[in-house]
Amino acid sequence: MGNAVENEISAINRRQDEVIEEFALFDDWMDKYDHLISLGRELPLIDESLKTDDRIIRGCQSKVWLDAGMEDGKVQFTADSDAIITKGIIATLVRVLNGSTPAGILETDLYFIDRIGLKEHLSPTRSNGLLAMVKQMKIYALAFQAKNDE
Amino acid sequence: MANTLEATGPNTAFAEGIRKQFPLLNQQVNGRPLVYFDNAATTQKPQQVIEAMNRYYREYNSNVHRGVHHLSQVATDAMEQVRNRMADFLGASRHEEIIFTSGCTGGINLAAHILGRAYLRPGDEILLTEMEHHSNIVPWQLAAEISGAIIKVIPVLEDGTLDLEAYQNLLSPRTKVVAFVHVSNALGTINPAAEIISMAKNVGALTLVDGAQALAHERVNVQDLNCDFYVTSAHKHYGPTGIGVLYGRYELLEKLPPYQGGGEMIDRVTFDRTTYNTPPFKFEAGTPNIAGIIGMGASIEWLQEQDIEQVKAYEHELLAYATRALSEIDGFVPVGTSPNKAAVISFNLKGVHHYDVGVLLDKMGLALRTGHHCTQPLMDCYAIEGTVRASFAPYNTFEEIDRLVEALRKAQQMLS
Repeated sequence: MGNAVENEISAINRRQDEVIEEFALFDDWMDKYDHLISLGRELPLIDESLKTDDRIIRGCQSKVWLDAGMEDGKVQFTADSDAIITKGIIATLVRVLNGSTPAGILETDLYFIDRIGLKEHLSPTRSNGLLAMVKQMKIYALAFQAKNDE
Repeated sequence: MANTLEATGPNTAFAEGIRKQFPLLNQQVNGRPLVYFDNAATTQKPQQVIEAMNRYYREYNSNVHRGVHHLSQVATDAMEQVRNRMADFLGASRHEEIIFTSGCTGGINLAAHILGRAYLRPGDEILLTEMEHHSNIVPWQLAAEISGAIIKVIPVLEDGTLDLEAYQNLLSPRTKVVAFVHVSNALGTINPAAEIISMAKNVGALTLVDGAQALAHERVNVQDLNCDFYVTSAHKHYGPTGIGVLYGRYELLEKLPPYQGGGEMIDRVTFDRTTYNTPPFKFEAGTPNIAGIIGMGASIEWLQEQDIEQVKAYEHELLAYATRALSEIDGFVPVGTSPNKAAVISFNLKGVHHYDVGVLLDKMGLALRTGHHCTQPLMDCYAIEGTVRASFAPYNTFEEIDRLVEALRKAQQMLS
């Protein structure tokens, strides 16, 4: 693994640790969810015209739209959801991964999901929705990387 | 909190008496006492059902019918006693009309498949209602594919009742099957089953009733209803999962071909030609879910011990109290307001996604169902993605409804 990728991963991990620390401030699950909801409000929203069926992530009870573009070699995600909690979850993922290179996104282990208890506290079907979001973000990264390599 | 007067009403003792027979209910979820309002998905099990299944495995587990040894005889007798009990409970004219299945889905697939193979012809019409569970839609689509029959849909009115006028207009000599839900899982609507069946009989159509949600709330008599098929799932009426019955009229069962092949359903097997056993065994291939059957029998015994009129009255009180209390929440939008309704409330809160509500309620210790409830065509008809659904059982209390109202207000505040 090259230095550039390692730097990218460190930057992503710093953002993961930030999120973990924030959630650790709350003891009560309702407060954690309150925080998740407020994170949803900071989500870089997907352009309304891009909310098409092919940008919907399957596997959630609610709808999640995800799009990605490249700026100066860094991936920029935008997203939205019709459910506020789901919007908070995708917003947290976007916050951690936005501005990284495709290689950084592909190589990173997203340990924060377990550490803030998101995966544990969402039922398997909902958790599938969460994993589907991560997978879709990595697919975008892979596509950008493949394009770069051409 | 307003409206807590009824919490100390006369029937608290009734609910408490039932509640103490359900060991699972006494637990904390996310640090708060569990409120279980997902009874339409599955009911909890009374101690005597759990014990009956436990006893089967501890004392007389053995394969049925074929064994000549003692335990096999005991298990066979116990299983056949449940068949008799189900026949008696459903008002069947003979116990051979009771086929053990894996549940309503299994029962409907069985009936739809054999009718598709041996009864339906190209151009024949199958009538379903717009409020059907996917389990009473997809098997008929498969049957239509096999036979060339056509599916027509009886619409639902705004309040969640069936449009009987439209139904009358859809009926014709081409109508060969009318399949409908007795009590809607998503709306709670209790359909006028006897009337629907009688109208179907007028054009000579066969009828199948999906009784998944009915048995826990009322007594059903298949001869009074005059239906040809009736399907049940034990886990919806305090029994175990993976077991139910298909009631079928004997003359029909005799004429129809088998569904799955295997052990027990045969008379004699050779590689040239196999002859089949008589009903119900013709339709019961393979070793049955014996423990499940024993558990189902215990659940029926439990139901028979309850005063059904008292159960109905108490559930009605719960429904009325919940409807009144929830209606006081700003933005409460009920889905399904039929005057004849089981103890189910499906609803949305204006501007709030049902999923968000479900997640937060769970964090506050309340188990409700959110989503489309396997009735996507019905959700399409209301132009919604899904609802939040509270479904009640006699072990639920007025205090629990107060907790729901309080939790919904808190969720609403967080989400808007």
